[in-house]
Amino acid sequence: MSLVNLRIDRLGGLRGALEKLGAYLLFAGRLLVVSPRALLRPGLVVAQIYNAGALSLALIMFCGLFVGMVLGLQGADLLQRFGAEEALGPAAALGMLKQLGPVVAALLFAGRAGTALTSEIGLMAATDQLSAMEMMAVDPVRRVCVPRFLGALIALPLLTAIFITIGLYGSQLVGVQLLGIDTGQFWSQMRNAVELDDIAEGLVKSMFFALAIASLAVFEGFHAQPTAEGVGRATTRTVVNSSIAVLLLNYVLTAFYIQ
Amino acid sequence: MRQSRSIELATGFFAALGFAAMLFMVTQITNRSPTFGEAGFRLEADFDNVGSLKEGAPVSMSGVSVGRVESIRFNQGTYKAHVVLRIQPQFNRIPDDSDAAIFTAGLLGGQYVGLQAGGSETFYRDGGHIELTQSAIVLEELISKFLFSFASKEADQKTAPPAQSP
Repeated sequence: MSLVNLRIDRLGGLRGALEKLGAYLLFAGRLLVVSPRALLRPGLVVAQIYNAGALSLALIMFCGLFVGMVLGLQGADLLQRFGAEEALGPAAALGMLKQLGPVVAALLFAGRAGTALTSEIGLMAATDQLSAMEMMAVDPVRRVCVPRFLGALIALPLLTAIFITIGLYGSQLVGVQLLGIDTGQFWSQMRNAVELDDIAEGLVKSMFFALAIASLAVFEGFHAQPTAEGVGRATTRTVVNSSIAVLLLNYVLTAFYIQ
Repeated sequence: MRQSRSIELATGFFAALGFAAMLFMVTQITNRSPTFGEAGFRLEADFDNVGSLKEGAPVSMSGVSVGRVESIRFNQGTYKAHVVLRIQPQFNRIPDDSDAAIFTAGLLGGQYVGLQAGGSETFYRDGGHIELTQSAIVLEELISKFLFSFASKEADQKTAPPAQSP
């Protein structure tokens, strides 16, 4: 008897998960459909690019510098064992462009901007602002969700580019200034090894990550239980789900690019 | 009003910085300039063995890059590797008896195609075919050749003394 109950419980859990997934996909589809019309009011989107992008800038630059520096330090240490420290340039550039740049920037973005989105929209729901909008015949998805979604979508690729550039400066700083690798070797080997496709790969990845994080954050905020506890839980789910989505997507995209 | 203007300023600064970073990536950390359409002309060459030559590998003359490898495929008619090279348009005075060889850059570097100028008065045009080619050196072949010659030398030395002793 208890076994049967357990099975039904499990089935219920599975059903709940599928319902949640379906609700998310429908909501993400709705966001995408409404997005073009939201561009008619660019002021709202610009304000959200400021919230998601400009406010994350200091964090992204600081972390990018240190990720690049540690890449330079560890890479130079490893390559010096083979007497191939000139290969630090390509190693740092490809590592930053393809993996560390898009992924670390996306994880930081999920923590900094994704949580802000979720808690803001969740609090709007908890304080009945969204219901008030509906009563005034203003669609909250169009007025609140879509500008935030688009702002995050535009901000993350730009942040990723800044992250990568600062990171390369950081590995150059450690490799060339600190460990004495020839600066000409560092840059010329990097330029020979890096293809335009590698740069495109990094930016395409960050666009997919932006899509995942922005839609998840807005979804969680919009569907949060309108209580203090519910908003807190929704914020946690945003970080957890977007981190999982980013790392999962990263593997799939890398496999797709490497073939 | 003042607040919204400072927001616009910060957003503009952020976007400009982002695009500057993208421009830096495209222009400074790669020396592949974006090619719009098909620039340059094509040369074809058949190699017995291309080793680990890859598409996109450089084509160089006297060590200076003049083009890239566009495609590599196996020709079932001749049982050779058919390599198409794309040469930049300004290098239009390559003698049509020049030869192509596959070299390795450095000890661990990738392979590239080296063109050596011939003495002909006429030049390669689009779609020209390079007749004289030299395959990539495959390390295993080199080692096995060395071992065989070493072994046969040893065999010679072993058979030589009995012939001298009487």
